[in-house]
Amino acid sequence: MSTDTSLSTPAVGGGSAAPAGAPTALPGRPGVPFARTLQAEVRKMVDTRAGRWMVIVMAALTVLILAAFVLWGPETDATLANLLQIATLPLALLLPVIGIMAATAEWTQRTGLVTFTLEPRRGRVVLAKALGALALGLVVTAVAFAAAALATVASSGTWDLEAAAAGGLVLALLIYVLQGVAFGLLFLNTPVAIVTVLVLPTAWTIATQVFSSLADVGRWLDLDSVTRPLFDGEMAGQDWAQLGTGVGFWVLLPLAIGTWRVLTREVK
Amino acid sequence: MITVENLTKRYGGFTAVDDISFEVRPGSVVGFLGPNGAGKSTAMRMMTGLTPPTSGRATILGQPYRDLHNPGRQVGVMLDASAQHPGRTGREVLRVAAVSIGVSKARVEEALALVGLTDEEAGRRVRNYSLGMRQRLGIAAALLGEPQVLVLDEPANGLDPQGIHWMRGLLRRFADGGGTVLLSSHLLHEVQIVADDLVMIGRGRIVAMGSKEELLSRGGTSVSSTDDARLAGLLQAADVPVSRTGSGLVVEAEPRVVGEIAARESIVLLELRSGGSEGLEEMFLGLTAATSREGDAA
Repeated sequence: MSTDTSLSTPAVGGGSAAPAGAPTALPGRPGVPFARTLQAEVRKMVDTRAGRWMVIVMAALTVLILAAFVLWGPETDATLANLLQIATLPLALLLPVIGIMAATAEWTQRTGLVTFTLEPRRGRVVLAKALGALALGLVVTAVAFAAAALATVASSGTWDLEAAAAGGLVLALLIYVLQGVAFGLLFLNTPVAIVTVLVLPTAWTIATQVFSSLADVGRWLDLDSVTRPLFDGEMAGQDWAQLGTGVGFWVLLPLAIGTWRVLTREVK
Repeated sequence: MITVENLTKRYGGFTAVDDISFEVRPGSVVGFLGPNGAGKSTAMRMMTGLTPPTSGRATILGQPYRDLHNPGRQVGVMLDASAQHPGRTGREVLRVAAVSIGVSKARVEEALALVGLTDEEAGRRVRNYSLGMRQRLGIAAALLGEPQVLVLDEPANGLDPQGIHWMRGLLRRFADGGGTVLLSSHLLHEVQIVADDLVMIGRGRIVAMGSKEELLSRGGTSVSSTDDARLAGLLQAADVPVSRTGSGLVVEAEPRVVGEIAARESIVLLELRSGGSEGLEEMFLGLTAATSREGDAA
């Protein structure tokens, strides 16, 4: 029964001789079509209590803040642009958490054992997570826009929103989502990533204010200050350059390092 | 079919898996047996592309795992039943996997029925599952894509004796349909119930392999020489059944038969003894004792 090859790799099982036409692998490209990976990753972001509540809390906070403003706020400020800025205030803080949770869950709950056996090309899973978190961020932002529009109607405010401001706002929020994904991938640990995302840029902002020598650098590397013109819809030439360096440092760099970590890390 | 060739994994100076080679053929349920820290899980992670091997390779259905098209359709993998998000329901865990694998929701219900999880249990969050229920859920996930190969790490862990017998039936039917099963266990009695063939591993090396009956009775002769491959060939030519182990050959014949062949062909024997004195159990216990003294690795 044994042959020379079976001696070099000793075989077990199938004593009744291998059945005719030994099973072969399915033909096709490695892995899973990307659309399915994306669908699965988006689903995983909202099918747990934590994920679903994140989205609900963000939407509820936006609506609550707007309602409070409409009821008690100064009437003169009730313009769509103003309301939108107020509505997105909590989002800037909470949207990164969506990205973080998407990126870290595979490691903190060890579901990566399943995810990365169903799609061994981990880079595509990372991409699906980033795109999925951005899509979810867009949905939440759309809710904020709708709520702000309703609030404008309710307080019979002015419709003063310019395309540049709206676009800038969306872009800024998406940058925050992506920053969450990046820090999640970088630390692969939810609490550490959340604390870092919330504390580190703020600490940097404070540092640049305390030490005047850092102020020049700060203008280029402080994510808060480089996104401010975006929120205001007043991007000029140098603002874009500063946005580029700030995003490069706080989003793209951790994203690159984090992705490399996920690609090379042993899944246990 | 699972093929493992000279698979090795080193962590710094520690060798978790040391040059193991074996092939699991279709139609069989093979137990991968060894004490905790013997390298079973590391080897299985290397087979499924989660851990890069230091050297050697593993293929499933003739391809490296990472090159498989839609792996969930071809290989059912369960590496840790408790590695599930506690906030998802059992059904949701399978539905997410079904999206990725590309199978229908109806198949999710089939898989749940296959492992005996009721509708009510499937709707519960995994946080509230017993280990036995998690094992069933993990097996349902592995079976979801109707694969040809199963790789299961400690699937019987946490199951009651009834559950272990149920698993035996399930895996037996899977293998009878032409499937290939490799499952690990650190409990000899557990693997005795579930598997037909065994690959035994200790401290990263294969110490014995073959059919359960053969290994359990261990009536044969253990032999090692300076050229095991040649000796094995000669024994086969003389119609003497021979199987290879990590440390040499096990021959189903009297020591005298082996000695005569070796003498005639001038092969230097390093060891020749009747294996009957060292049963599988004894060997396993020896391994367990030796590794537990060294602490739990990996």
